[in-house]
Order: sequence, then structure tokens, then C-alpha cells
Amino acid sequence: MHNLHFKDHLTEQRLFHNRMLVALVGVAMLLGVLVARLYNLQVVNYDDYRTQSDENRIQVRPVAPTRGLIYDRNGALLADNRPSYTLAIVHERVRNMDATLELLGQLVRLEDSDVQKFRKRLQRRRPFEPIPLRFRLSEDEIARISVNEFRLPGVSVEAELVRYYPLTDLFAHSVGYVGRISERDLAQFSEEDVRRYSGTQSIGKVGLERSYEDLLLGEVGYENVETNARGRVLRVLERHDPRPGAELTLHLDARLQKVATEALGDNRGAVVAIDVNTGGVLAFVSKPSFDPNLFVTGISFNDYRALSDSLDVPLFNRALQGQYPPGSTLKPMMGLGGLEAGVITAGTTIKDPGFFKLPNDTRLYREQWKRWGHGDKVDLIQALAESCDIYFWSMASRWNIDDMHRIATRFGLGARTGIDLPVERPGLFPSRDWKRGARGLPWFPGDSLNAVLGQGFDLATPLQLAVMTATMANRGIHYRPQVVMAVDGVEQPPEVLHHVEARPEHWSLVFEGMESVVNSPKGTGKKAGAGLDFRVAGKSGTAQVVGIAQGERYDSEALKERHRDHALFVAFAPVDDPQIAVAVLVENGEGGGKVAAPVARELFFDWMSRPMENTVRAAEADDEEVSRG
Amino acid sequence: MASRDYMHRLPDSHGGLSRPASLSRRWHIDIPLLLLLMLLSGVGLTVLYSAAGGEVHYVRRQAVFLALAFVAMLVAAQVPLDMYRRWSPWLYVGGCGLLVAVLFIGVGAKGAQRWLEIGGFRFQPSEALKLAVPLSVAAFLHSRPVPPSFLTVLGAMAIVAVPAALIVRQPDLGTAILIAASGLFALYLAGLSWKMIGGALVALVAAAWPIWEWGLRDYQRQRILTLFNPDADRLGAGWNIFQSKAAIGSGGLYGKGYMQGTQSQLDFLPESHTDFIIAVLGEEWGLRGALLLLALYLLIVARGIYISFVAQDVFGRLLAGSITLTFFVYVFVNIGMVTGLLPVVGVPLPLVSHGGTSVVTLMAGFGILMAIGTERRRVSF
Repeated sequence: MHNLHFKDHLTEQRLFHNRMLVALVGVAMLLGVLVARLYNLQVVNYDDYRTQSDENRIQVRPVAPTRGLIYDRNGALLADNRPSYTLAIVHERVRNMDATLELLGQLVRLEDSDVQKFRKRLQRRRPFEPIPLRFRLSEDEIARISVNEFRLPGVSVEAELVRYYPLTDLFAHSVGYVGRISERDLAQFSEEDVRRYSGTQSIGKVGLERSYEDLLLGEVGYENVETNARGRVLRVLERHDPRPGAELTLHLDARLQKVATEALGDNRGAVVAIDVNTGGVLAFVSKPSFDPNLFVTGISFNDYRALSDSLDVPLFNRALQGQYPPGSTLKPMMGLGGLEAGVITAGTTIKDPGFFKLPNDTRLYREQWKRWGHGDKVDLIQALAESCDIYFWSMASRWNIDDMHRIATRFGLGARTGIDLPVERPGLFPSRDWKRGARGLPWFPGDSLNAVLGQGFDLATPLQLAVMTATMANRGIHYRPQVVMAVDGVEQPPEVLHHVEARPEHWSLVFEGMESVVNSPKGTGKKAGAGLDFRVAGKSGTAQVVGIAQGERYDSEALKERHRDHALFVAFAPVDDPQIAVAVLVENGEGGGKVAAPVARELFFDWMSRPMENTVRAAEADDEEVSRG
Repeated sequence: MASRDYMHRLPDSHGGLSRPASLSRRWHIDIPLLLLLMLLSGVGLTVLYSAAGGEVHYVRRQAVFLALAFVAMLVAAQVPLDMYRRWSPWLYVGGCGLLVAVLFIGVGAKGAQRWLEIGGFRFQPSEALKLAVPLSVAAFLHSRPVPPSFLTVLGAMAIVAVPAALIVRQPDLGTAILIAASGLFALYLAGLSWKMIGGALVALVAAAWPIWEWGLRDYQRQRILTLFNPDADRLGAGWNIFQSKAAIGSGGLYGKGYMQGTQSQLDFLPESHTDFIIAVLGEEWGLRGALLLLALYLLIVARGIYISFVAQDVFGRLLAGSITLTFFVYVFVNIGMVTGLLPVVGVPLPLVSHGGTSVVTLMAGFGILMAIGTERRRVSF
């Protein structure tokens, strides 16, 4: 019994040992599997995993360049960059976006539109790119987010520089504004643009911000940063600095701009002042204006509706895009053309009975202002001074429309001036060809009577009128109007588009006529020179309001007011040595001499009251010439 | 025969060292096993400190648990084997009762109901079964002829199946499989015929499809799918494995240095202080460190197998073998899971992963192992 048990015991033990040995083989094999696996991961595929782990932690982040600043001619800052705090989310780091957005909604003010825009941006993001959700966080909001940081993986507060326009609405129509890069912008981006704009959130939308976008943007830099799994940047490993955008110095003068804006008072209208000797734009006003800062980080729906629904259309750039019948402001130029063409001479006079009849026509063309006429012997000087229509009709009736078209074109009418601002309108000065092509009609003699008086088909922007006046002022040198004076301190040379050739005595005669507009007792623009110690030459004009724009039909009071004629005045000063040419448009202002001329006077007064500065500038330029020579 | 020589030789090897021998004899402590476990715990705390991002909190907590666990081991080592054998049915029945209670009044998180809460104290009854099942199966087989008869096998299977089924219901498939394994190891070591093992394997393969279709929950299926295609959903289901592989792989031969692992320190690695802690070690200590850790585990397994060889009776042998092999399975499943060889199941890396109750259970198991290893000496004196 005992023996048997012992034998059993031995068998049992041997069995156990065998089983354990087999198990041991199994253990060894499984251990081998683990070792092989570790070897495979850590030795064979080491490089792959090393890369993966580096890609995990190292992010290449674009570093947005600082946008170039914009100064007026005296160094006043017109477009600045200011730090602003933006709430951004790296989608890849967020486990539950809805929950994150909900939590953020409790911490900061989040509107539905913010979330909608954010979701749109999400769809076109690049991997691991922080997508902005809310801009301009307050100190409190930043604090609340940092306290809850641990609950918000992938959420960060990013400081970025955001455009700021310190003079708010003063330069909205010239400097313009930047805005967030929109889907439409993005659709037009080339591969290169996508690279250049990585890290940059805004793009020039309007004005110089748009036309000089390439220069203002600068060149993007990048940095390699180490981030943790929540996308928080721990340190910068390597950095290639961005190159900031170019600095623009403008011809525009903030003080003159302010003077022009204030001189317009509550009126709608436009003022353009041009430096006669360079074509530099000294003032560029379109009123009413708006605060461009509203657009920088995305304008709210209500703000935008207020601007776009306003009857005064503040977003409309009247100086650049408003095409108005130029009216009598064309008369000096037409007079010069008539003299050069030989249609009239200094001695030509006409009898003005208050109406005009074309040969072989029974229709009466009536004088607008003086139904009883300007007198029996009206010459060019008087015709300009008193704005006699009959004189110019008489001239036009004997003149070829194509010659008329040619002289107008040389003074810059009917075509874009080529100013360095985007979306300029060309205006119109008709010709025989144009009428045949556009209207399918031959040129009638009556058309010439309209064309010579800036009526009928004639359309011009206030900017074109200013260019015309500046070309007149410097006796035919037609400069391209330029807003930017210097890029990164390098002066942009004035560009002469062409010379208007005319005999000196003809220039003098027209100057004399324009001077009498301001200075003769019967002159229509006496207010342009009131109380000035230098002489001003100018011309008034009146533009009939033809149509009623849409949106103006609800307010009958306003409608009545908006049917009045537009008042125009163009002028330059001083007559002896012209420095500044001005075009003024006052919408529904009726009398050019009454309403628009005083505005021009304010500009002249301001600009010429600081001649020191301008002569110093000129002297410096001369010195440079000398030293260069 | 060789094994019998072993038995005779070994007592002498301790003969020269009287004090440690007496210590081990008086307190039933297996010195080599104790030293290995202390070494492993030390390594574990060191890795844990780095995995927790240098926060002492986790290390201190774990040290407290480890201290408790070593006490549990010492206590478990004092209990005579007979008592284990006699008490095992009660432990088993009690454990199963608690598992049933979990199904009804258990508390849980993330859709699993695994805990019982009594007086603010939470514990996991399945932990108790990790010991109760091998104890019961070994005790059941102890008094029966070897190799086991068909009926005995059925009986043993039933002992395994009841708690396993209850734990699957929680659901906690990982623990259920490990507990079942511990019982089956005992059955295997008792001499379960190869025919039956082969038959069971065939049945398992045949049942694979129905189990996939009806037996598994969605998240379990997802984990298996992730195993075969880890890159399919990197930011979702595949995130853990993607990051743990990147961590281990980027460690290379020599590692990035202690506390220098970018995957671990920058929080790319999830669960870095619990189930995925081997990835921290692999990243920071490299293949070299991982192999050293494996060697340490192998030594512990070897010591366990040695104890099973010198055990006095069937109960001790089967129990020691089962505890040791199960311990190895823990190591294999955990590392296999973290390196992407096995689906993700919640199995901690023994004595390294942060976590309380499992450490205590584990060390209690080693205490039983020591009780088995020192029993022979108690008898001979």
C-alpha cells in the first residue's frame, strides 16, 4: 500500500515535471515573441518610430510677418498693428469638439456666428493648425480660459498682431482696411500664396491695404516648436524670422484730410487734392465714411447691415468710384481745346440772348443760369468767369467731337487715372466711335452741346476732375495720381503720363479765365478765394441728378433733397506758382460756387499756410540732387 | 530522476548560511523571491515616477500599496498549506457570491460594473477569484487520481467556468480570461490529456466565428480590429497603440534617457502610469532596459517554477505552477498588448503599473508561493 502510494507519487511527480517543462518551453517561446517584437520596434523600425514620435512633438509653425505700417507724409501713423488675443483650437488635439465648444461657451462670450464661421474654417484647415474661434478676448476671458486649461485640450489663446487704424474713419476710403482671409480669397490663392499666407489671418480688402498687399504682407518665417499632446507649445527649437512688410509713406496729409472732411460739414460728397508738381494725392475724402476697424477681425452682422443699409452709402467710395456728370468744370479745358483747335481765339465774342439755336434746327437750347443771357459781347474770360453756356455751345457747334474727345482724354477723362488704389471707375467722355458702338447711333450736333458742358453722356469721378485740374495747373504735365510717396523710405518717382501741348498764351488765357471765376465781381466761385493772400483759379460746376438710386424710394423728404443738383468746384492755387489742385463734389449741394467753392478755399488756406514745410521739402530734394550730382 | 536529485541537493545549498536559513524557516520567507520582488518593485516605482511626469503623488500612493502588498505576502506565507486547501472551497463560494452581488448592486464606470462598495470602501471581487480559482482547482485535483479522469476534468472546468462567466458579464473579458487561465493551468499541470487539450483548441477555433458575432461587445470587437489595422483610426481607437508603439520604437537600443521620453513626458502616451507603463520604460530605457525587465520577470518565473518542483504534494505543486504561469501570462498579455501584438485588454504590468488592489492580490499569491516553498522545511524540522 505504502509502496503503491510512493509509486503513484513518483508517476504523478514525473507527469508534473513533464508538464512544467512543456510549459517552460511555452514560456520561452512567448518570451521570444516579446523579445522579437521589441527588437522589431526598437531596432528594425527604430527610424520610423523615431520620426513618428518627432512628428508628434515637433510642429513646424509658420511665423506671420508683421504687416507694414502706413504713415502720412508727416509721419502720422495711419495703420498700426496692435496685439490682440485670439481663442484658437487645434482640431486634432480635441477629443470631443461639441463638448469643448459648449464648455468654451460657458467661459467666454460665443455667438452662433462665431461657431458657424469656426466650423467653416475647420473644413479648410491644415493639420495641427490652430483655428481661430473668437477674436479680441478680454483680460477676464483669457483668465477664465487659463484656469480651465486642463479641461480644454487643444484650446489655446494666441496673441497676434491685428491691424488698427488710429484715425478711424478719416482714411477709410484711401488706406482702406484688412479683413480675415475669406473663402473667396482662398479660392484665388496660388500654391505660393498659400505658403506666404500661412500663419497670417488677414488680407487687404479695400484701398491701399489691397493694392499694396504684396508689399505690406512681408515674407513668412517659421519655427520648429515642441508641443505636448494637448498642442501646447513648450519650447521653440529653431526659428527663421519672418521679414516684415514694407512701410508705406503716403502723399496724404492727415491734417489736410481732416480740414477737407470738416469743410464738407454734414454734406455727402468727395474732395480730392493733388500735389500739382508730383501728382501726389494730398487729400482723398469720401463722405460719409466709416470706421475701418470694424472690418479687421470680421464685422458683426448688425454693424454691417447698418453700413450697407444706410441711405448715405458710407461704404461707397465717391472720390474713386462715384461717376458724376462733371458739368461746367470742363469749361476751362474745353476753352483751351477750342483755342488750340482754332475754333475760338482770345478775341472771339458772342452775343448771348439767353438761348442757343443750332444751324438748321428749330430747337432752343436755354442758358441754365441766366435766362436773359450774359451780354452782347461775351469772350472766353467772361464765359469762364460767369459760366456762360451759350459761348461754349457756339464753340461746340463749330467744333469736331473727336477733337473734343481727344483733349478730354489727354486731361485724363474717360479712362482710369491709374491711381494706386483698387477698383477705380473710368468715367466717360463720348466720341463718335463710342456712340456708334455703345448706342448704335450716329453723333448728333446736339450731343456736342451736351459733351462740351459736361452733361449728357459725360461722367467723371472727383479724382479725374482733380487730375484734370492738376494737369491744367502745371500747364499740361499730366502726372499719374499717386497715394504712396515712399516704400520703406524709398521715394516713388512721379510718373508723367503725357504732356498736353498748348501755346503758352492759350494757357495764360485759360488761367486768366479761371482766375476771374474766383476774383472777378461776377465770378461764380468767389468763395474759393475769400480772404486768401494768394490767388486762386477755379471753375464751378453743377451736375444734374438723373436717376434715383435704389433704396432711396422710402423717404420722401430725403428723396426731395436727393433730387437736387450736385455741386462741383475745381481749383488750383496759387496761380503764379501752382502747388495744389482740388476737386470738390457736394452731393445735392446745388450751387457749385456757393457750396463747393468754400470747401476748396479751406484746403488752400490750410495747405498754403504752411509753406515753410513744403519749401523745406523742396530744398531738401534740391540738395539731394546736388549731392548726387 | 533528475528532479529528485534536485530535491536532495537544495536544502544543503542553504545549509551553510544559518541565519538567512533560519529567518526563512521561521517566517516562511523565500529569500531569492523576496529579493527579486523587491527589486522589481523598485524598478516599478522608478519608472512610475517618470511616467507620472515627476509627480511624487503617484509614487507615494503606489509605495503605500506596495507596503501593504508585502505585508499581505508575509501574512499569506504564514498560513499552513493544509489550511489553504481546506478553506479554498469557502473562499471560492464566498468570492462567487460577491460576484453575483456585483451583478445586482455593483458600481462601476464606463459601462462596466466591477466594484462593490461597502462603507465607502471600494473593492473588486474578481481580485479575490484570482486566488480562489487556482486554490480551488488545485484542492479539487489534490485528492483525485492523476492524471485526472474525465469527470474530474468536468468538475474542474465547472469550478473555472462559474466565476469566469460571472466576470464576463461585468464585462471584464481580460480578467475573466486570466482567471480561467489560472484554473486551466492547474488542470493542465495535473496531466490533462493532450487529446482533450487538442479537442478544446479545435472547439475554440470552431467557436471563433459565433463568439465574434454574438459573444463580443462592440468595443471588444473594435479593439481586435484595431490590433490588425492600427493605422486605420489613429486619432480614435488606434491612438493608444499608435502612441505606445511610437514610444517604444523611438526608444531604440538605449532609450532617450530617464525622464527624457518625449512621448511619455509630453502626454502623447495615454495611460502611461497604468497599463501602458512598459512603453515609458521602452522609450526612456530602450531595448536594453526592456530586456532587463523581461529578465527580471523570467527570474521570478524561474523561482516560481523551482518552488513548484520542490513542493511537497499535488496541491502545492499545482498551486505554485498555476500562480507562476498566470503571473507570466500577465506579463505577456500586458507587453503584447502595449506593443500591438494583442488586443487592448485592461491588464496591468505586474508590480510596475500603478494600481492598488491588483498589487495586493499579486503579492498575496507570492505569499502562497512562499508558503508552498517553505513547507517542506517545516515538515523536516
